[in-house]
Amino acid sequence: MARMKFLCDAERCIECNGCVTACKNEHEVPWGVNRRRVVTLNDGVPGEKSISVACMHCSDAPCMAVCPVDCFYKTSEGVVLHDKDLCIGCGYCFYACPFGAPQFPQDGAFGLRGKMDKCTFCAGGPEADFSAAEFRKYGRNRLAEGKLPACAEMCSTKALLGGDGDVIADIYRNRVLKRGKGSEVWGWGTAYGKPERQPSAKPGA
Amino acid sequence: MRKVLALAIAAMLPLAAAGCGEQQAVTVYKQGQYQGKPDKQPWDNDQFKSDKLAWERAIKARNDIQDETSRGTPTAN
Repeated sequence: MARMKFLCDAERCIECNGCVTACKNEHEVPWGVNRRRVVTLNDGVPGEKSISVACMHCSDAPCMAVCPVDCFYKTSEGVVLHDKDLCIGCGYCFYACPFGAPQFPQDGAFGLRGKMDKCTFCAGGPEADFSAAEFRKYGRNRLAEGKLPACAEMCSTKALLGGDGDVIADIYRNRVLKRGKGSEVWGWGTAYGKPERQPSAKPGA
Repeated sequence: MRKVLALAIAAMLPLAAAGCGEQQAVTVYKQGQYQGKPDKQPWDNDQFKSDKLAWERAIKARNDIQDETSRGTPTAN
């Protein structure tokens, strides 16, 4: 079974915001709600890097852990979804999420906070597939159409990869190797650094 | 007079019984468990007709197309 993940290649992302536009258009996301956004580090400085960020569909999702009404669930493909009929818009998930993925539509004269909205990996939600209710609450269900998220499929430079975690990790690893670098930039060393060397015991010390 | 009283009591009975039929309006939460509506698998629809393998093939094709190095026409060498 595929385990769906996103992966953004910072060397390729050109900050075009095509992924953001594709998401907005695909799901008719209202003003003020950004399921996906592009973050640029060292903006304006030569060598700046951009990455596209949305819900990362964590394997051990903190939003699921903190939700007081337990409205989150994880599909068999590893996509983290929620039931908007249960959500009380408390915002705990926003505080727990390390990526700032949960969004809350502001409505009314007093900035009333609505029910949480976030990236669904284009997998809809707990309503009948392709129904009007599903589209209104969660957006289009591309996964049930046999398609991958619109943001990844629309990415012009293929910086944003989305799909089976194993497959997109392989695609990225091949890219890194083609760039002339080796396993030192992709793998254990990247994630955890070089193994610590124990200081050799000097005789007589 | 008795008939009127009996009729009034008979009319009141369904109203009194309606009170017993009150539905629980508060959700009983089970800590740590998903409380919402169940969701179907992405292949359980008219398009894939519960054919999980067909859905996986479709997703795999979309997965592979993201690798531009494998998109070209295969050459002899």
